Amino acid sequence: MSKLLLRHMNSGQKGVICQVSAHGELGRRIRDMGLVPGTLLEVQGRAPLRDPVAIQLKDFTLTLRNNEADYITVEEVGD
Amino acid sequence: MRQESLIAVAGNPNSGKTTLFNAITGARQHVGNYPGVTVEKKEGYHQHNGQSLHLVDLPGIYSLTAYSLDERIARDFLVSERPRVVINIVDASNLERNLYLTVQFLELGVPLVLALNMMDEAKARGIDIDSEELGNLLRIPVIQTVARVGKGTDELVRAVAKASAEEHSWLPLRLSYGPDVDPVLDTLEKAIEDAGLLTDLYPPRWTALKMVEGDEAIVEKASQQDRGLVNRLLQHIEDLTAHVKSTLDAYPEALIADYRYGFIRALLKERVIRRSDTEGRLNLSNRLDQVLTNSFLGPLLMLTIIYGMYAFTFTLSEFPVGLFESGIEKLGEAAKFMIPDGMLQSLIVSGVIDGVGGVIGFVPIITFMFLAITFLEDTGYLARAAYMLDRVFRLFGLHGNSFMPFIVSGGIAGGCAVPGVMAARTLSNSRERLATILTVPFMNCGAKLPVFALLVGAFFQQSQAWMMFLITCISWGGALLVARVLRGTILRGPSTPFLLELPPYRLPTFRGLLIHTWERIWLYLKKAGTIILLISILLWTMMTFPQLSDEAKEPFETRRSTILSGLPADQRALVESEPAEDDSEALREIRDTLKEVDAEEAQLALSSSLAGQIGKSIEPVSRLCGFDWRINVALLGGFAAKEVIVSTLGTALSMGETDPEETSSLSDRLSSDPYWSPLLAFSLIVFSIFYAPCFVTVVCLVRETGSWKWGIFSMIFNTIFSFVMASLVYQAGQFFAVSI
Repeated sequence: MSKLLLRHMNSGQKGVICQVSAHGELGRRIRDMGLVPGTLLEVQGRAPLRDPVAIQLKDFTLTLRNNEADYITVEEVGD
Repeated sequence: MRQESLIAVAGNPNSGKTTLFNAITGARQHVGNYPGVTVEKKEGYHQHNGQSLHLVDLPGIYSLTAYSLDERIARDFLVSERPRVVINIVDASNLERNLYLTVQFLELGVPLVLALNMMDEAKARGIDIDSEELGNLLRIPVIQTVARVGKGTDELVRAVAKASAEEHSWLPLRLSYGPDVDPVLDTLEKAIEDAGLLTDLYPPRWTALKMVEGDEAIVEKASQQDRGLVNRLLQHIEDLTAHVKSTLDAYPEALIADYRYGFIRALLKERVIRRSDTEGRLNLSNRLDQVLTNSFLGPLLMLTIIYGMYAFTFTLSEFPVGLFESGIEKLGEAAKFMIPDGMLQSLIVSGVIDGVGGVIGFVPIITFMFLAITFLEDTGYLARAAYMLDRVFRLFGLHGNSFMPFIVSGGIAGGCAVPGVMAARTLSNSRERLATILTVPFMNCGAKLPVFALLVGAFFQQSQAWMMFLITCISWGGALLVARVLRGTILRGPSTPFLLELPPYRLPTFRGLLIHTWERIWLYLKKAGTIILLISILLWTMMTFPQLSDEAKEPFETRRSTILSGLPADQRALVESEPAEDDSEALREIRDTLKEVDAEEAQLALSSSLAGQIGKSIEPVSRLCGFDWRINVALLGGFAAKEVIVSTLGTALSMGETDPEETSSLSDRLSSDPYWSPLLAFSLIVFSIFYAPCFVTVVCLVRETGSWKWGIFSMIFNTIFSFVMASLVYQAGQFFAVSI
């Protein structure tokens, strides 16, 4: 399975986070929301202007901007 | 009687924290601010078996870092106030992420009682939690609650009372953060303990942990005590960072977070959580979102919902507003009857009753507006709106959450900037919040509408709808551009990370809606009673003094007595009596002539008052926008409330008092006055959109930003900005008109 940035994922695509390269405040916020390596996520959709992106985690839905999704690398998983 | 125990209520946003707080404390609440900041501090009391529990609702936070104001407040409160017990409320249906904050409380060592809230939702999603097992593993009391219906709160209060009665010191949890971080942490902990660095405030290991996490607030505080030691410690951390970066391509703070989540996952696996339904995650919320945030349907539905909010607010507030207005009017009449004619009567009626009455007149609108907003917020819809619109607002340095303040203030004509400014509380970043607060007064509030209606009606009869649309576009364009400029200059700074949670759709509790709305109204009224009263008296004074001298009044007196003395005695009595339907034509004419004399006198009085003199003295400058002293005075009056522009303009044009709701005669007068032109009217419209907010808004702005600085800034900056815009319009218009 291939690795790709969260920004480039399509609606309905699933993956496991393998790296979060942000640090400082953004990195902290991302981790506060539970986006750490090993977390399974599914892209739920995008806002009408294609940004931000909504992702579905195990127990909740989170939205983040594309430029924030750039820091998150995901390994794609099939169904 | 035992002494009261301080209890803090903490947890993630959307975990039902406020609902639980309301359920425990009931109506015995007090809303204030944390010292020196504008973040709301809610306090309440609960009596349990003679023990008094003093509860403080901490801001909703995701972690104990010090990046946002909310987090700093929560952290400082725990450390400096040392509550006997912290109630940590967690969303049981989203346990893993909620426990991340819990772990950080445990690291700090505060005495904790865990409230597993929303157990009903968790069960509905097939999540089964063994709370006793969780309590055993964490060694803290764990209580299951459903705060919405008050389930489990008695048990929770008992556990809290029990815990607070016990004597205990802070017991920090010692976690392992892996083979790289642990040795450094041990070294730091020992050095900190030996030197007594901040040990009166924090456990040594926690200080060490925060330093490794790069917590600037802690580093700074520690440096003040022992700079040399801190620099040595930071050297250790730099080495660690370099090592972790080269071997694992990660940061120490990321490793620490990973280990915390690892701890939580291991904890939950140990017999605590069982999921009977791992499939079918596409629950009701997700299905709703497929429609409500759909690329095409989403924006359409959003417009419908906004329209519905307006319709709800204005339809429902129409009756109480009318009631308030007639009540104020009656009060004014009663005062006129009870106080003899003269200065005191004028002060009480025109200054105090009209001024404060105008403020109270806003209450119904604020009430319904906030009921609507709170409803949208509590259902979870507001987060969706922010998500859909973030891209647009970000272009101008704002945030998706800026959307509600703009709409409430009159983004679609007819709102009010007062609740708009208060609605900006959903923004956590201070720069984005300030930029929003400072630009929402440009929206077309309901009080500006009579001004536009008058001018558009008088000069743009043919294209009224088009003009109103243009006015809306001008105010949005101006507001967004100014926001952009502010964010690029005095409010420059990076945008906050967005990372917005979309909470599941929930039906709000009626009680929660009422409490939240009441808090807003109360804060508003408290301000209205003091400063607003002062300013309305000041404005009244400016418009009344200095009064006309007796010589100046004399010609009017003479004219009145000439008119009356030419009449037979019975006629004179009729003229002075109340007008009636069957009055003769001649009688009406006499009355109109008398009214004209009164109006001319009022005009002269206004022109020689302080306000009139100011209006005249700035005429040389205001001519650039085409304004004469009459318009200047009207605009000065508009600082009290924008619709006052209409009534003051009426007086200044010697039309007598003009009712803002009934402007047809003033409109005819303007369109036939040679001084006025469509260009001047348009220039005045532009000025009215952008100039200083009314003083009620200014007072709210000061309250919300916590300093007069921004209130004064908005008055001066907005007026200069509006002056430049209106001058450009007027001068360009004249230039092209001449060249054509």
